[in-house]
Amino acid sequence: MSGEIIDLAVIGAGPAGMAAATVAADLGLDVTVFDENPAPGGQIYRGIEAVATKRASDLAMLGPAYEAGKTIVSAFRASKAKHQPNTSVWLVQKDRQLGIASGGRASMVQARRILIASGAQERPVPIPGWTLPGVMLAGATQGLLKSAGMVPSGPVVLAGNGPLLYQLGAQLAAAGAKVTALLETEARYGAALQHLPGAIASGGYLAKGLGLISAIRKAGVPIRRNVTGLKAIGKDHVEAVEFAANGRAWRLDCEVLCLHQGVVSNAQLTLAIPAKHEWNEAQRCWRPVTDAWGNTDLEGIAVAGDCGGIGGAEAAAHAGRIAACEAARALGKIDAPQRDTRASGDRSAWERHLRIRPFLDALYPPSRAIAVPADDVTLCRCEEVTAGEVRAAVRQGGTGPNQVKSFTRTGMGPCQGRMCALTVSEVIADQLGKSMAEVGTYRVRFPIKPLTVGELASLE
Amino acid sequence: MSTAGTVHDFDVVIIGGGLHGCSAAYHLAQAKLKPVVLEKHVVARHASSASAGGVRRLGRDPAEIPLAVASIEMWHSMRDMLGDDGEFRATGQVRVAENAAELQKCEERAARVRALGYDHEVVIDRKELRRLVPQVAEHCVGGLHTARDGYAFPFKATTAFRLKAEELGAVVKEGTKVEAIERSGERWVVRTNHGQFRAPVLVNAAGAWGAEIARMVGDDPVEEPVALMMMVSGRMPHFLDPTVGCMGRKLSFKQMRAGTVVIGGGHVGTVDRETELTELDFRKLALSARTVSAVFPIMKDATLVRCWAGVEGFTPDDIPYIGPSKAAPNVFHSFGFCGHGFQLGPVVGSITAQLVTQGKTNLPIEPFRIDRFAGKDARVPAH
Repeated sequence: MSGEIIDLAVIGAGPAGMAAATVAADLGLDVTVFDENPAPGGQIYRGIEAVATKRASDLAMLGPAYEAGKTIVSAFRASKAKHQPNTSVWLVQKDRQLGIASGGRASMVQARRILIASGAQERPVPIPGWTLPGVMLAGATQGLLKSAGMVPSGPVVLAGNGPLLYQLGAQLAAAGAKVTALLETEARYGAALQHLPGAIASGGYLAKGLGLISAIRKAGVPIRRNVTGLKAIGKDHVEAVEFAANGRAWRLDCEVLCLHQGVVSNAQLTLAIPAKHEWNEAQRCWRPVTDAWGNTDLEGIAVAGDCGGIGGAEAAAHAGRIAACEAARALGKIDAPQRDTRASGDRSAWERHLRIRPFLDALYPPSRAIAVPADDVTLCRCEEVTAGEVRAAVRQGGTGPNQVKSFTRTGMGPCQGRMCALTVSEVIADQLGKSMAEVGTYRVRFPIKPLTVGELASLE
Repeated sequence: MSTAGTVHDFDVVIIGGGLHGCSAAYHLAQAKLKPVVLEKHVVARHASSASAGGVRRLGRDPAEIPLAVASIEMWHSMRDMLGDDGEFRATGQVRVAENAAELQKCEERAARVRALGYDHEVVIDRKELRRLVPQVAEHCVGGLHTARDGYAFPFKATTAFRLKAEELGAVVKEGTKVEAIERSGERWVVRTNHGQFRAPVLVNAAGAWGAEIARMVGDDPVEEPVALMMMVSGRMPHFLDPTVGCMGRKLSFKQMRAGTVVIGGGHVGTVDRETELTELDFRKLALSARTVSAVFPIMKDATLVRCWAGVEGFTPDDIPYIGPSKAAPNVFHSFGFCGHGFQLGPVVGSITAQLVTQGKTNLPIEPFRIDRFAGKDARVPAH
């Protein structure tokens, strides 16, 4: 690999990365997609090729939104884009060198352009007891359904809000899981109403959502609304969930509790380089600042898909193609008018898909009581730091997440802050009466994927 | 928040809220003076939180040995002094010899230290090395050992000095950047983005920015900011007590109580002076990883979870500036610690307080004078 310079390095083989690579290769660029998974698809289409060929009967359970991935994966496979699976990207430098690791060895790759398509991650849901075995985030549960057809055997409760929770509910019901209830923390129909015209214009999203809810109801799963005070109960494993709804306290036994408070941009890579970021108030997460083509403030480094702001899988694919056209222009394969023409269809489709977001963002805000938890709740799972310890560090003079990190070790564990960054900043902002933009987030440092000493030692 | 025109009077203005500034503030407040610490960012922003935290007399420049020897006693009594020990643990320090020639150097070094009147550096043989460091690689033949050295948690040690200083009446102003320093009668006037701070005495503990401050009062020392890189592993089963270095290679290696292993040793990244952010150089960290794999085979499969770099001021002769200004009255410097100022923090704060209150100190600080490179073409060597 040494000495060779590739035109476009794409990080992530989800819908944005695959679509970008397909178009960029078609436009004559030498493209390589680096992805840590064994097969293309990303989180959303995880394992789609294997499911389609070896477990075709699962396609109905996983639903049409999942099956749609077949088209995009096969187009990617048919393209001239190179695919490096089982490869983690642990470093991206401003000079567009990437540090990659594969098969126990690390190396550096020089690219003329980089497209980061690292997708989304789930927002942490720090409720009391969320660290108990058996308490999972909804996306992780869904990942097991896709990759291994694994269905929880005992009673399952789903709690939180957001489209993914309903999709998982419908999938679990179809898969024959024993779903006891879906507990919805917040759904602000009033606030969402003003965004209804956009939601309708966006296409089939509303019908799809209503379809999921009716599938859940048909399966006999009760949906409880305005749930507060969620608590996972258990000793060595979750045994029950407690909550309040309709003015009374409830307790439901369960063996699996799936939590969800929406997804947020996985900006870990762009934060680490660092590219310029802004606080996205509507989606309550950080996003890299970009132009209309996905370019960050760093020369030759762009983003596409959910890592630049949550838009969903279909929007991500269009954003990937738009970014590929821009890459071809920047590298001299096409000129600006050709780029605009080539990208115009994707741009209008992309904009249409994004029109559902204000409605969804307003309808399903993350619950404040969960985002800013009580003192005894663990925020940082790796280092077992509670909200109370973070507040004590702020009282001792900690004015931001990096200082609180030095005080308490939050964010210093193996997850590298992915699971606590938002909560730690929310708690600090709440205590100091500051905005999230003022408080900021951790200085994210490389390697952003775990790298062994032996792997780093192999780097020449 | 004060406006730009407000004037605040103190006994001493300390510039820099790192370990050295906070230690000086503590010792001055202890001497019944009222100091203010002006920190442009937040306390312990740079070297004082990014440091690997070695509390080490081992291998010091001869000029630093008397100070380091006095300082270790302060580390051992830190809980009595501050009510908090900064998580200091006296687990010892070891420097490993990987071959006979290096072991010979250990002998020479120990003899040299003994000739200066100190006996803290002790040569150890292969067997003693294995007793102290059971996981050290087979080829290592011995080394040097200082039993009462150890490590502490830099951010906590700095905070311990800060909190005790505040308890004794010192004031700490974060987000307060020095814009100009002027002389007005018998007093110094320090202009900042948050008003003016006035005092008869000025202490410069501005770390990698110390030379900039020194130039504001007419001194002209040589100093460069350098980004020292470090790496930390995930938690591992306990296998090591002392902090370990090498005679022949760049390495600083310690296992923290939590089980994580912190690896440093002086490999440098780059500093962006404008943003004060550092960038890592992974090809140099790869060298560090090779050293670690060679000396501690147990580490090959350990996962690195984070790498970082801290900005520190370096001087041409690798020792700091400590003592009075040669250009202006009642200004005392304490900066440019070249990546090994952490252990010296307690004693240098006390030296500065002695200089302020008595005009002298009982420790030899002549080698650290601010004008030692005047008229010479001295440069900070590349790291």
